[in-house]
Amino acid sequence: MSNWFEELLKGGNGELFQWPYPIRYGVQKEVSADVLVLGGGPAGCMAAVSAAKRGAKVVLVEKGHPKGAGGSGCDHWLNTPNPCSKITPEECVQWEFDSYGGYINGISRYIGAREGYDALLELEQMGAKIRDTDDEFKGAPFRDEKTKFLFAYDYENKFMFRVWGTTFKPAMYKQCLKLGVQIYKRVMITSLLTGGAGRTVRVTGATGINVRTGEFFIFRAKATIDCLSFYQGNWLFSSELTGLPYFHPNVVSDGPAVAWRAGAEFTMMEKSTAAPPPGYAFPHYGTGNPRNTWYPCTMVDARGKEIPWVDYRGRPLKDLRDRTRPAEGQKFLAERAPAPQYRCPRLIDDLLEKVRRGEFMLPLYADLPSMPEYERRAIWGLMVGEEGRSKVPVLRTYTEAGFDPDKDLLQSYYLLGGEPHSGLMEGTLLPQFRTYGPFASPGGLVVDWDLRTNLEGFYAAGNALFAGNYYHHAVTTGRYAGRKAAEYALAAEEPKIDMAQVEAEKARVYAPVRRRNGIDWKELRAGLCRIMQNYCGGIKNEGLLKIGLIWLKDVEENVFPEVYAPNPHALMRVLESFNMLYCDRLILHASLARKASSKHLGFERQDYAEEDPPEWHKFVTVRQEDGEVRVGELPIGYWGPLAENYESHNRDYRGYLK
Amino acid sequence: MEFQKARAVPNLPGPGRPVIFDAELCNGCNRCVEICPMDVLVPNRRKGAPPIVLYPEECWYGGLCVEECPNPGAIKLNLPLMQRVRWKRKDTGEHFRV
Repeated sequence: MSNWFEELLKGGNGELFQWPYPIRYGVQKEVSADVLVLGGGPAGCMAAVSAAKRGAKVVLVEKGHPKGAGGSGCDHWLNTPNPCSKITPEECVQWEFDSYGGYINGISRYIGAREGYDALLELEQMGAKIRDTDDEFKGAPFRDEKTKFLFAYDYENKFMFRVWGTTFKPAMYKQCLKLGVQIYKRVMITSLLTGGAGRTVRVTGATGINVRTGEFFIFRAKATIDCLSFYQGNWLFSSELTGLPYFHPNVVSDGPAVAWRAGAEFTMMEKSTAAPPPGYAFPHYGTGNPRNTWYPCTMVDARGKEIPWVDYRGRPLKDLRDRTRPAEGQKFLAERAPAPQYRCPRLIDDLLEKVRRGEFMLPLYADLPSMPEYERRAIWGLMVGEEGRSKVPVLRTYTEAGFDPDKDLLQSYYLLGGEPHSGLMEGTLLPQFRTYGPFASPGGLVVDWDLRTNLEGFYAAGNALFAGNYYHHAVTTGRYAGRKAAEYALAAEEPKIDMAQVEAEKARVYAPVRRRNGIDWKELRAGLCRIMQNYCGGIKNEGLLKIGLIWLKDVEENVFPEVYAPNPHALMRVLESFNMLYCDRLILHASLARKASSKHLGFERQDYAEEDPPEWHKFVTVRQEDGEVRVGELPIGYWGPLAENYESHNRDYRGYLK
Repeated sequence: MEFQKARAVPNLPGPGRPVIFDAELCNGCNRCVEICPMDVLVPNRRKGAPPIVLYPEECWYGGLCVEECPNPGAIKLNLPLMQRVRWKRKDTGEHFRV
């Protein structure tokens, strides 16, 4: 190498200053647990609490810090039957089923709806704020005066809560400490350990590496819960803004990679959607828009002309109140539901045409000043502020810069390119820069009614589940998986660790720190993203997907052996990039297996162009066994009758609904 | 005005200042270092001095560091220029930005 970096380092022993943490490469620590929880997000923390409450010895492993603080948050607690509502858990599942062509996780969504209110009350007991105890919104139409709960979207049916989500993570973390959960911070999970073979594989624990010291961990556990979330960034990488675009921090591909390598079964991994190009993203919820966190904010054009709203039939709304109650012929409104019978009111559909004709002048703005005061304060201050990554980057930063919701119109970046691919929140969306879609429930692990995967002793919760997503779902399924895993663990045999697996894994994870120079992780990651953009992009076919697999094999065999890491932090980024390759492989195999296009899955194949033919209306599953990829299928609705199956698996459970 | 001395310096990764410390207000408690999900900060080798942003481009711009800091103003989140959103005052039409 003959660049400035090498020149700079020549004078200083090859570094700017001494690495500030003790280096422990090769040092190994063994930890035993009844229940091992992988990942300290909302699902993981609640799973750890739940398992510990049942008397299990719990170990929680987190790559960052589980407290989350103000970066973590949640504005909406969705799809939760409660005393203020008549909506049933079955209806909560049905609206999603109808909206997404049946490509939903009926099991985890039903659990979310059955136990969501119990989980919310448990959070309150831990010290989280879930209702308007300070009476800030007294008299607002979205407030239930008796319970002081606040609601979003549908103020009549009241089953989507507005909550103070920044209080949740700190409360869960505190509870973990109180219950004696053994927490390993700054430890990245690198693999699952397994025993048995073929159909009787049991997960016996996991390996991990400290991202500051490089110390190696062997976690031995009777039951393991995958709360490592899903995958992000497989198509998107900006080398100078690597952290910015991710919706969740620290989530890249670790979860799917470790589970795939162990033989776990996945479905819907072929699902994806267009995304903003790398490095483009605005602060989430930090631009003017009428959706989600900002719902039901009025939008105006550059001259102050209001953009009309329409109902599910395309009929103009007469009144602001029509945005938050079902229209004639609708039973209830469900956030983001595309299915007409539940669809929330929205801006007119021909807005782009009208913009082109000059009827509405760009840029557009969110008109908070025109909103009733209670709505203005709910959007700016409660929703924007309590949602993840919004308190400091948006609410506090904009307020310090002088933004006043009573006086100011926040700009929208919608349609500024004039192109058809435009997101109301994000601005530009392009098809080769793909993502699972932040709220669009991507692929993940297949589970049964115990939230157990196909591998014995291996459970999953939160975004690790297929078509799982949303904070309330993560907390509620985490709580459920925790109790199921504890139940199993307290009766299970001690697992035996296969030391050959441990040695192989140590060799794999330490290889990059045995090299002084070579290819860095950014070049690797950018190269992997390019492979996915080109060979798993907006239009697919068998040939392209197979070239993608050939490329990945090439990278694994010829590029991995040259990748280096100068310290444990860089090693973390390298190992994450390796995991991206394994996950990309899984995505390509899932894409090859679905021989039909699908509108629901954002999946377009030019060699099988028919969209959603009836014979392909099913879940396609993929897993590895003995080095081979096994393709399978599950019928839509494989989970069977919801209430009956839930109850037969939870006879002793008591909560709000029983 | 005199010219600055020409220096052989490379283009640094940018945006390069995701957080800005006020050395007067920061006491080097390192709570920000402990909470950062992306681990972009390392403790300063001088005790009591502000941490060093070793990996500025990896910043998630989450602001957990600001939230955890016990001394308001000791650390500030600095959104990069391309992320700065604009607004307009409704009654006067005056423009502002972050």
